[in-house]
Amino acid sequence: MSAAAIQRTSTARHVLFILRGNPVTAIASLGTALLVLIAIFAPFLTPYDPIASDVAHALAPPDAAHWAGTDQLGRDIFSRIVAAARLDLFIAVTAVGLSFVVGAVVGGFCGYRGGRLDRWVGRFVDVLMAFPLFVLAMALVAALGNRMENIIIATAVINLPFYIRFARAEVNVRRNAGWVEAARACGDSHLSVVLRFLLPNVLPAMAVQISLNLGWAILNAAGLSFIGLGVQAPTPEWGIMVAEGARFITTGKWWLVAFPGLALMLTVLFFNLLGDGLRDILDPRMRT
Amino acid sequence: MTDLLRVEDLRVSFSTRHGMVAALHGIGFALKAGETLGIVGESGSGKSVTSLAVMRLLDRAGRIASGRIVFQGRDITRAKHGDLRSLRGAAMSMIFQNPRSALNPIRTVEQQIVDVLRAHKPITLSAARAQALELLRAVLIRNPEQRLHAYPAELSGGMCQRVMIAMAMACEPALLIADEPTTGLDVTTQKAVMDLLAGITAQRGMAMILITHDLGLAARYCGEIAVMERGLMVEQGPTATLFQAPKHPYTQRLIAASPTRRSTLADLAQGEPVAPASVIQRPPGTGPLLDLRHVLKVFTGDVRAVDDVSFSLPPGGSLGLVGESGSGKSTLSRLICRLIDLDGGDIIFQGESISAIPANDFHRSPRRRDVQIVFQDPHDSLNPRFTAFDCIAHPLRRLEKMRDGAALTTRVHEAASRAGLPMDLLERYPHQLSGGQKARVGIARAIAPRPRLLVLDEPTAALDVSIQAVILQLLDRLRKEDDLAMLFVSHDLNVVRMLCDDLVVLQHGKVVEAGPSAAVFENPQSGYTRSLLDAIPHFDPHATAPLLQVAEG
Repeated sequence: MSAAAIQRTSTARHVLFILRGNPVTAIASLGTALLVLIAIFAPFLTPYDPIASDVAHALAPPDAAHWAGTDQLGRDIFSRIVAAARLDLFIAVTAVGLSFVVGAVVGGFCGYRGGRLDRWVGRFVDVLMAFPLFVLAMALVAALGNRMENIIIATAVINLPFYIRFARAEVNVRRNAGWVEAARACGDSHLSVVLRFLLPNVLPAMAVQISLNLGWAILNAAGLSFIGLGVQAPTPEWGIMVAEGARFITTGKWWLVAFPGLALMLTVLFFNLLGDGLRDILDPRMRT
Repeated sequence: MTDLLRVEDLRVSFSTRHGMVAALHGIGFALKAGETLGIVGESGSGKSVTSLAVMRLLDRAGRIASGRIVFQGRDITRAKHGDLRSLRGAAMSMIFQNPRSALNPIRTVEQQIVDVLRAHKPITLSAARAQALELLRAVLIRNPEQRLHAYPAELSGGMCQRVMIAMAMACEPALLIADEPTTGLDVTTQKAVMDLLAGITAQRGMAMILITHDLGLAARYCGEIAVMERGLMVEQGPTATLFQAPKHPYTQRLIAASPTRRSTLADLAQGEPVAPASVIQRPPGTGPLLDLRHVLKVFTGDVRAVDDVSFSLPPGGSLGLVGESGSGKSTLSRLICRLIDLDGGDIIFQGESISAIPANDFHRSPRRRDVQIVFQDPHDSLNPRFTAFDCIAHPLRRLEKMRDGAALTTRVHEAASRAGLPMDLLERYPHQLSGGQKARVGIARAIAPRPRLLVLDEPTAALDVSIQAVILQLLDRLRKEDDLAMLFVSHDLNVVRMLCDDLVVLQHGKVVEAGPSAAVFENPQSGYTRSLLDAIPHFDPHATAPLLQVAEG
């Protein structure tokens, strides 16, 4: 067996070990994996066209034909939830990915170099954090235009301060570590010390932040749609579905709100539970 | 006279992820009032667990499985925590390894001593304050009136340890346990603190247990010595007999591995091949490999960390850079490795000035691979996300632009085998290696790009003596095999003397003495060097003079 193959099996065994010792993480990982699969194969999983209306069957309660019932236009809610998973996950993952990459690099350099760069970026982050973040996201979407890429940008921007601060603090405590000096003696520039040494070491701690933020980003995107600033109807999106369904809750048509709300809640819950396990999996020091 | 403290067949175990692990396998000793017992052993031998068990300070995971601890005629093995609290501090107290972390950073020295006094005695605040001042005088702190109002952060390490001693003896305990009380301190400070401790305990008739890894220290300050290995007391006896005629093989090994005034590298030999495989003959008459000319480094606040330092090192030579903390020796080693920029002077390497290249760009210089460094803490100097293989391969990938493949693997294996690192450990991460193995990875990494000069920044300071002995021999062998010049930065003169031809003594960034090691050692010219030499605690198996002079004084 080659060295690389040994490495792979030991990684797989390590992941299994973590999951076995931590059933909550195992459930969260399974749930997340299921969500991702649903998002990828959404077009093949929807029994009905998610935007085709069928007024004859409007507001039908859940039954064998429509598992989650239909909405006011007779659209199948189950199909819409499945289709929306793809959009919501896409928004959350790209937004969080964007703020993670930018935040880790900016924060990493601030923490490593310190000095004027650190002070200026630090004050900028303070200003950003002084805004009520949801209002900031609303303002950004309103100013940039009501399109999906702008929702992603707005969500990324309001997440950014946390990543900058986190990466800065984590890199700062490690910048005088012996292995940082050792890397420089081995011919690494400051740039490669930050990118190839410090940031990978900070990653396990940031994984927790990422998974918590994914849940939060989904809520945020749904929230923007809920108040009409996000994805526009008739595109299926959990936030819009909750917003539209809310009108019918008083007349006892609970399924319009309950099922998209449940999907939203479960997704956020899975991501939140994933965090600690993800850190253990990513940290080689946990492999004993 | 009855025993003050008697420990009988004490067994302690800890519950861990892998079940119960026994830390002490039935140890026993006794101590009378006024006696000093030294417990020596290497890391993991159970010496700290012993002291914590006696103080009943074991954390939740640890418990006393069996045995008895009798203190002042009272069985305290199962005593309740309320009863123990009145005992601790008043009848027995403890001094910890790191004085700075044992003191509360947000309370003044006076407040902390007063706290101890008032916790155990019905005493008025003003009386307690007066006594705090007396205590500071007793531990020989200069300007005690002013120091009373100082916070721990405003005191030096030695000063903090004096305050700890003052607190420990505030209630005149019958027993004082000192767990590595001087490990983080300079040798001269260590001597001052230990002399003080020995004087105070002798004067007040207190018994002391000194826990240390340093045989010299135990020999100098203790009447009895107990040697611990893996949770067992393997040998116990009066200091003189134990050192002159050690019976247990572990004691013999430990004594052999501890550097003394007279020992040579060969004396420390235990298993490692001492003779170099082949010695490279150098044509004579070449210029110096490294030449420092009036090197200056100034830190913010006009602190001259390195002030007008000049010396030179021939190819294949070895030079010891000795000094206490704050002497600028670590700054100097980083200047030579071109990790930081100098503020004046010149560093000439192989006839070529390397100080003109900014430290930020030095990684691109062809000289980068010629100057390599081994760091003090082997654990801290390895990237936690790299396997041992990647650590050693790193300089080859960066400096020689080698790609993964057979050539790289060969070079890594070659460096690892020369550093004495078994091949099957190469896939491990640093946290899966022992201290000695990590030190070998650090050395293998430094020699992998085949440098001309190796800077060693206290490479053995964090290691046990037996591992230190092996690493020192390894370094000596590498130097002779490769014609590799070594700059050995250390506070330990005994170690430097064995390894280095020449010696430079630094104080406050200035060179106070330089010359061949043997000459400096035999006949030190400066008062500072002499005080450094005097401060090293020694044991001498062949000495006939009593070893306990200081403790009596």
